[in-house]
Amino acid sequence: MALTLDDVRRVAHLARIAVDDAEAGAALGQLTRVFGLIEQMQAVDVSGIEPMAHAQDLVLRLRPDVVTEGDQRERFQAIAPEVDAGLYLVPKVIE
Amino acid sequence: MSNATLKELSLKLATGACSSVELTHEYLNKINRLNNDLGCFITVDGERSLAQAQAADAQRSAGRAGPLTGIPLAHKDIFCTQGWLTTCGSRMLANFVAPYDAHVVERCSAAGMVTLGKTNMDEFAMGSSNETSYFGPVRNPWHRETVPGGSSGGSAAAVAARLAPAATGTDTGGSIRQPAALTGICGLKPTYGVVSRYGMIAFASSLDQAGPMARTAEDLGLLLNVMAGFDARDSTSLDRPTEDYLRDLPRSVAGLRIGLPQEFLAAGLAPDVQRAVDAAVAEYRKLGATVVDISLPNMGLSVPVYYVLAPAEASSNLSRFDGVRYGHRAAEYTDLLDMYKRTRAEGFGAEVKRRILIGTYVLSHGYYDAYYIRAQKLRRLIAQDFAAAFQKCDVIMGPTSPTTAFRLGEKSADPVQMYLSDIYTIAVNLAGLPGMSIPCGFDGGGLPVGLQIIGNYFDEARMLNVAHQYQLATDWHLKMPPGIE
Amino acid sequence: MKWEVVIGLETHAQLSTVSKIFSGAPTAFGAAPNTQACGVDIALPGVLPVLNTGAVERAIRFGLAVGAKINSPSIFARKNYFYPDLPKGYQISQYELPIVEGGTLTVQVGDAERTVRLTRAHLEEDAGKSLHEDFHGQTGIDLNRAGTPLLEIVSEPDMRSAEEAVAYAKALHTLVRWIDVCDGNMQEGSFRCDANVSVRPQGSATLGTRREIKNLNSFRFLQQAIEYEVQWQIGEIEDGRAIQQATVLFDPDSGETRMMRTKEDAHDYRYFPDPDLLPLEVTAERLAAVRAAMPVLPQARREKFAAQYGLTVYDAGLLTASRELADYFDAAAVGADARTGKLCANWISGALSARLNEEGIDIAQSRVGASQLRGMVDRIADGTISGKMAKDVFDAMWAGGGDADQIIAAKGLKQISDSGELEKIVDQVLAENAQQMADFRAGKEKAFNSLVGQVMKVTRGKANPQQVNDILRRKLAG
Repeated sequence: MALTLDDVRRVAHLARIAVDDAEAGAALGQLTRVFGLIEQMQAVDVSGIEPMAHAQDLVLRLRPDVVTEGDQRERFQAIAPEVDAGLYLVPKVIE
Repeated sequence: MSNATLKELSLKLATGACSSVELTHEYLNKINRLNNDLGCFITVDGERSLAQAQAADAQRSAGRAGPLTGIPLAHKDIFCTQGWLTTCGSRMLANFVAPYDAHVVERCSAAGMVTLGKTNMDEFAMGSSNETSYFGPVRNPWHRETVPGGSSGGSAAAVAARLAPAATGTDTGGSIRQPAALTGICGLKPTYGVVSRYGMIAFASSLDQAGPMARTAEDLGLLLNVMAGFDARDSTSLDRPTEDYLRDLPRSVAGLRIGLPQEFLAAGLAPDVQRAVDAAVAEYRKLGATVVDISLPNMGLSVPVYYVLAPAEASSNLSRFDGVRYGHRAAEYTDLLDMYKRTRAEGFGAEVKRRILIGTYVLSHGYYDAYYIRAQKLRRLIAQDFAAAFQKCDVIMGPTSPTTAFRLGEKSADPVQMYLSDIYTIAVNLAGLPGMSIPCGFDGGGLPVGLQIIGNYFDEARMLNVAHQYQLATDWHLKMPPGIE
Repeated sequence: MKWEVVIGLETHAQLSTVSKIFSGAPTAFGAAPNTQACGVDIALPGVLPVLNTGAVERAIRFGLAVGAKINSPSIFARKNYFYPDLPKGYQISQYELPIVEGGTLTVQVGDAERTVRLTRAHLEEDAGKSLHEDFHGQTGIDLNRAGTPLLEIVSEPDMRSAEEAVAYAKALHTLVRWIDVCDGNMQEGSFRCDANVSVRPQGSATLGTRREIKNLNSFRFLQQAIEYEVQWQIGEIEDGRAIQQATVLFDPDSGETRMMRTKEDAHDYRYFPDPDLLPLEVTAERLAAVRAAMPVLPQARREKFAAQYGLTVYDAGLLTASRELADYFDAAAVGADARTGKLCANWISGALSARLNEEGIDIAQSRVGASQLRGMVDRIADGTISGKMAKDVFDAMWAGGGDADQIIAAKGLKQISDSGELEKIVDQVLAENAQQMADFRAGKEKAFNSLVGQVMKVTRGKANPQQVNDILRRKLAG
C-alpha cells in the first residue's frame, strides 16, 4: 500500500519528532523507497511459521529478590538537563 | 612499534622491552597527528589514558599482569565508559558523560587494558559508511575520499591506520564485519549472547552484539577472551563455561568443509571482490579444505526483514532519549509535547529519524501483523536455512561486502542503496550466528576486500582457527595503508 | 426503562518484593525523591532489565489462589508511549501471553456468595510520579516508584452493582494480603482499581458502551464513582445521547467523574515482545514449590468455620477478613464445641473488633490474646459469668488485668448458679413483692421483668439470669 503524508505525520507524532512540511515530504519519498524494499517480504508464504523474537531459543533467567542498588541520585542528576530538590523538571504536565 | 600486533605488544611488555606508558604515549602521539584527517576518534583523553597506563605498569611490577595488561585499546563510542563522554555518534548524547562502565569496558579494564579513546561511529550505529555521525565522517586510511564502512567505522579506521592495536565494535547487521572488510582489518561478531550488552547503547536489542576488531585472527581471539563472558545484568547473556578462543589456532584446516552459498553471487557483487574471495577459497583448498555448494534460499529477504525488525526495536529503544534525565534538551519549547518533539528533532540525525519512523510505522495499529510478525516469521526461515546448511559444512564463506569502500557521499542520498551494502552480513545477525571478516586481497584501485567466515553457534574458536591458518599462508593482513608509517 | 449495570475491574496490586521488578533498587515507600531509582529505573542508555524471582513467585501464588492457569511460557512486551514519569518511553508489561489466565474469585455480597470470573493477571512495572506542585511552572518527576512490580488483575464484566464491585475489590484485597503478595496499603497506592462501567436495558444481551474510571484508591471512592457514573450514563441515554467510549477520572471533592480522553485520542501503544527479555518459563518444580507454601485460602477457611461451628456466611466472612484474624479465631476456638465456637466468633467480631477499630490497631497487636479470650468464653459457656459480666472481664483483660479467671476472682464477679441459694432469694423477693406477683398472675408480663430485676438487685447482678428466669416461672406457675 502507498504511504501518505498523513502517515508520516501520524508516525512522527507518535515518535515525538517534530517534522515540518518539507521534512515530511522528503521523509515520504525516502520511506516509500524503503517500504518498496520491505514489501518484498510479502512474496513469501509464511503460514505455519512460528515468529522468531530472539536470536536464542532459551528461557528467561531470573534474579533473586535482593536490593543491590543504593542512592545514586547525585551522580545521575549531575548530567540531567534540569533538576530541583532532587526532582527532574519538565514543562508542566496537564492531566 | 605501533605496527605491532596485540600478540607482539604483549611480548614486548612482558619482556620489559617497553612500558605501557611508553606505548600509550606513542599511540596518543599518532592519534594526535592523524585524527584530524581521519576522524577516527570522537574523544581522546591523554591524561586519563596515561593514568591507566601507569596503573597497568604498576600492576606488572607487582607481578599481577595478564596477557593484555598495559595494552592500549579504543572503544567504540557506543560503550558507556564511566567519566568519559559517550556520544553514540549523536548530538542527542553530545554532552553525555556516562555514569557507569559497560560490561565490555569493565572486562577490558580488569584485564589491565588502557582506554585510548572513544571511536567515531554512525549515529546510534545506524549506518554502513560512518557518514551519519554527528561528529563528521571517518575517512578510510586506504583512500581518504572513501568511507571506512560502518557503523564501527572509527574503530576500523583506527586499527587500519595503526592508531590503536585493536578496538571494540558492535554489529547489528554487519557493523563490525563490513568496516573491517572496507579497511583491511579483522573483525568478529560472536554468537548472540556471548558478549554482554550491558552498557552498550541499544540499537536493535535482539541483533546487537559486541566483538573485537584487530589486525590478525589471533589478536581477535586474545581480545575476545577478555570481552566474552557471562553477565547477570543482561538477560540475554549466556551462562556458559569460559572458553579459550585461541585453543584451536594451530589446528590444520585439512578436511574442513567450506560451504559456498549460491546466493552470495547476487547481482551487485563487484567482480574484483568476487575474484579475491574465489582466490581465498582456492587458498583454502590448497590447505586441504573441501568446498560444498549450499543454499540459503531466504537470504535475499534478510535486508527487508532486517529493515522491519531493527527499526522496530530501535524506535522503542530510542524513546528514552526525551530530554528529561540526560542528553540533549531543546533550548526553546512551548510545552511538554513541544519539548519532546523539538528535543528529538534536534538531537537525532536524518538516518536515525528515518529508522524511528519506519519502526514506529511497522509497529503501529493495523500494520503489526503484516510487517513485524511477518518479518519475525521470515527471520525463523532464514535461521532454518543456516541450520540446514551447517548439516553439510563446517563454515560458510563468501564476501563480507558486495563492494570495496565506496566514495564519501556516494550512497548517502539513497537509503536503499546504503542498506544493500549489508546484504551479506545481515542474515548472520538475524540467525544470531557468529561471523567474521578477514582481509583477502585488494580491488583494482588498491582498496581492501574482506572474506566473510560464518560459523555455527559457538564456533568462534573454530572460525579463528580457520582464519589464522589462512593468515599463516597469506600476508593480506600485513598490508598497511599508504602513508601511515 | 429498567437498566442493568455491568462492571468489570482492573486492579493494580503492588507486589511486596523488597527490590524492583527489573532492577536491584529498593521498593520502600516514602524515600527522598529519586534516591531509590537506579540506572535501570531512570533508563540510562545501555542498561537492561533482569526479572525479579520474587515478583514471579507472587504472580504464581495469586494464580494458584484463584484457580487460574499459569502460562508457561509467558511473554513480556513493551507498551510504548511518551510520558515524563515513564523513563524508557515504554512500560514493560505482558500483553498477548500473561502469566496468569482465567480463575475465579468468590465474593460475599451481604449474606450471599457470588463468583466473579477473572480474565487474566499479568506482571508489569509501575511508572514514577509527577509532582504538580509548582516548580516555577514546571512539573517535578520522582522515579522512586518507577519499576515497582505490579500485578494487574483483570476481571470479567461480572459485577452488576457498585455494591458488588466493592465486594469484589474487598475480596481481592483480602486475598492478596492473605497470600502475602501485596501489603494492600491503599493510601500508599499499593492497591488501586480502574472500573469499566456500562449500562444496558434489563434483559439485553449486548453490552453497552463502557467508560473506564481510572485510579480509584479507596473502596468508598470506588462505590461513589460507580454510583455517580451509572446515574450519569443512564441520564445521558434517557436524554437521547449515546455514550462515547472514554477514560474518566473521579473527583472525590465533587463526587463526580470527568473526561480524561476519548477513544479517538486513545494511544497507539505499539506493543511488541521485549527483545531484552526471553520467554518466562514456569517449571513444574517452581509451581510445586509455590503450591506447597500456599496457606489455606479464605474460602476454605470460611467453609470450615461454617461447618464446624455453624457460623453464617456473614459471620465466617467477618472472621476471614484477614489471615491473622482467621488464625486468631482458630486459636481461640481450638477444640471448642459449636456453642463455644460461635461465642468466640461473636466476641471476636463484636467487642474485640470494636476495640481494635477504636485504637486503630490490627489483630496482631490485640491486647487480649486468643487463649485469654477463650478462657473468658469458657466461663460464659459454663455459666460462671453472664454475658454482661463478660464485658467487664473483657475490658479488664484489655487493660492488662490478667486472665478471665483471675479477674473473675479478683472482682468477685462469679455468678450465683447454686439453685438452692437462688431459690431462697427468689422466695424472699416474692414474699416482699406480693403486688407484682398478683399483677403477673393477672397477665401483666411486665411484672415478671420487674421481679427478675429485684432478684438481680439483691444479688448485685451475680445471679445467673437464665436460672432466675426458670425458678421464677416455676414458682409463679405453682
